[in-house]
Amino acid sequence: MRFTNTLRVALRALRRNTMRSILTALGMIIGVGAVITMVSIGNGAKAQVEAQVASLGQNLITVMPGSYSSGGMRSGFGGPPTLTPEDAEAIVAEVPNIDGASPEVRDRSQILANGLNWNTNVNGVGPDYPYVRNWPIAAGAMFTEQDVKSLGKVALIGRTVADQVFPNEDPIGQTLRIRNLPFRIIGVLSPKGFSVFGSDEDDVVLIPYSSHMRRVSRRTSISMIRIQAATPEKIDGVKLAVEDLLTQRRRGREPDFVVRTQEELATAATQANKTMTGLLAGIAGVSLIVGGIGIMNIMLVSVTERTREIGIRLAIGAHGRDVLTQFLIEAILLSSLGGIIGVAVGIGGSQLLSSYNGWPVVVPTLWIGISVAGSALVGIVSGFYPAYKAAQLDPIDALRYE
Amino acid sequence: MAPVVQIRDLHKIYESGEIPVHAVRGVSLDIQRGEFVALMGASGSGKSTLMNMLGCLDRPTRGSYMLDGIDIDKLDRNDLADLRNQKLGFVFQGFNLLARTTALENVELPMLYGRHRVASMEEIRERAMHCLEIVGLANRFDHFPNQLSGGQQQRVAIARGLVNQPQVLLADEPTGNLDSKTAVEVMGVFQKLNDQGITIVMVTHELDIAHYCKRNLILRDGVVVRDEAVAGRFLAQDEMEKLKQAETAAKLLSTPAA
Repeated sequence: MRFTNTLRVALRALRRNTMRSILTALGMIIGVGAVITMVSIGNGAKAQVEAQVASLGQNLITVMPGSYSSGGMRSGFGGPPTLTPEDAEAIVAEVPNIDGASPEVRDRSQILANGLNWNTNVNGVGPDYPYVRNWPIAAGAMFTEQDVKSLGKVALIGRTVADQVFPNEDPIGQTLRIRNLPFRIIGVLSPKGFSVFGSDEDDVVLIPYSSHMRRVSRRTSISMIRIQAATPEKIDGVKLAVEDLLTQRRRGREPDFVVRTQEELATAATQANKTMTGLLAGIAGVSLIVGGIGIMNIMLVSVTERTREIGIRLAIGAHGRDVLTQFLIEAILLSSLGGIIGVAVGIGGSQLLSSYNGWPVVVPTLWIGISVAGSALVGIVSGFYPAYKAAQLDPIDALRYE
Repeated sequence: MAPVVQIRDLHKIYESGEIPVHAVRGVSLDIQRGEFVALMGASGSGKSTLMNMLGCLDRPTRGSYMLDGIDIDKLDRNDLADLRNQKLGFVFQGFNLLARTTALENVELPMLYGRHRVASMEEIRERAMHCLEIVGLANRFDHFPNQLSGGQQQRVAIARGLVNQPQVLLADEPTGNLDSKTAVEVMGVFQKLNDQGITIVMVTHELDIAHYCKRNLILRDGVVVRDEAVAGRFLAQDEMEKLKQAETAAKLLSTPAA
């Protein structure tokens, strides 16, 4: 009951100075609003980078040729022509917790179709490739294991190739010539855009890796194997198993391959973003502190200005603790109310920014909680000293105060 | 019946300056229930210091003070606050109402503090309203202090002093900021309350105001030099009548000129 009364008293006091209460809370509103907006922008950027990394494929592990040395000469990475489709098959057969795997042979060549020609990436891949790369097929279908076994002359084309070679036609069912060999187009990939490295991912023709190696490029080794682990937790296990298996298959020769996970790639990008978000949140945090100091300032002024009021309260029976609680509640109400409004302002502000600038914005629920709790804490910290000062006043002196 | 206020050899010495100031030098005093006492004296006579001690706002340096049978020497700061809340009502010279707070909320204030808080908000409101009725301001309950005249503000302050049904109503120069007519009005309220059995102690330096009381105490240099019952006590009603007649007379004189 006593506390409810004090709460009532504090609410009345705030209401008596509506304008000042609003202005005081404004410091908090701006502080929290800034924190929420900044963190939302940072989070949005992070989400964008994550989406880009995810577009490489989910839980992706890549095996690439390593380096070898022969007679004292050391090749660079990608040197040895020793990574084979059989390695890929062995991985699929023996490594557990794999969702899919696909060999990849890369080449660049001139293609001909529809009376037009175009120089593009011709990649030999396995049937799992679209799945592993998280790359849906827009029209038609992927070729099958059967096509791989029979060195089928079938192809899928990327959006850029489709636009360049078949500007006004449906490419499916049409014939495409690669090194003068006719391939039937059975599917078109959905647009993927630019890769993290800036190249156009849609400028590509996919054909079975077997056809690529035997008919087109006449290579004996593949460029890489892409593996998708079943879950993110399994990535490290799969990586180790792949390394073991391939080492075993090399029969004592020095390992001529490297296994990389997508995490390693993503880490750098995410790290940069984290720094940025931290920086923004730090700046916003400063404004939160400034808001807190504003509240403390007003509460201090208010204690001086309301000395007489405090004297009246003490004279008619308020305990020091009642006065302390009253001023503390006033400060906390001001700051947490400011915090709550600030969250709304922050969400609104970030939405506004996102609609103006097209920045991706993700409002983090965790930070909403942190901001509201933080602003209440600021209220307690900045309100305590003025409240304590008020509670220590002597009623006679306070009543006599002009 | 035991006196409601019982003071024995009360001293107050202020040690704050270089020379200790002996403001009250041994006052002994009994105030019975239903009394209406005026404390008088020139400034520096110690009447305000005595009043502060009577109001439990200040502690005596020496001597004993029993308020309604309670020895205040044994109480701590919070106990004193509770005592003030429950046994005393305060009326100040400067009214001391909370600004931008309605008359009703001002009167409610003492009920928001103290130990016996079980009353619901409705009950609090009802009691505050009742006290406003006693001082004749029930119709102005939602007015802010700045919308009320001085006399009305002082009546709100009296209502606030009454709301916890105190043993003693203490008034420190309650008419000091009022013109003579409003002062009579306020004294009328005090007399009415006293007739209902409420004990009132007030400080004043105006002789005519002291004449509305039943007993006059005169302090000089920290001691009581005179303690007497008022002979020929003023009654606010009669004085008001006289004032009205005087006003009418003034108007009559000025009417032909208009």
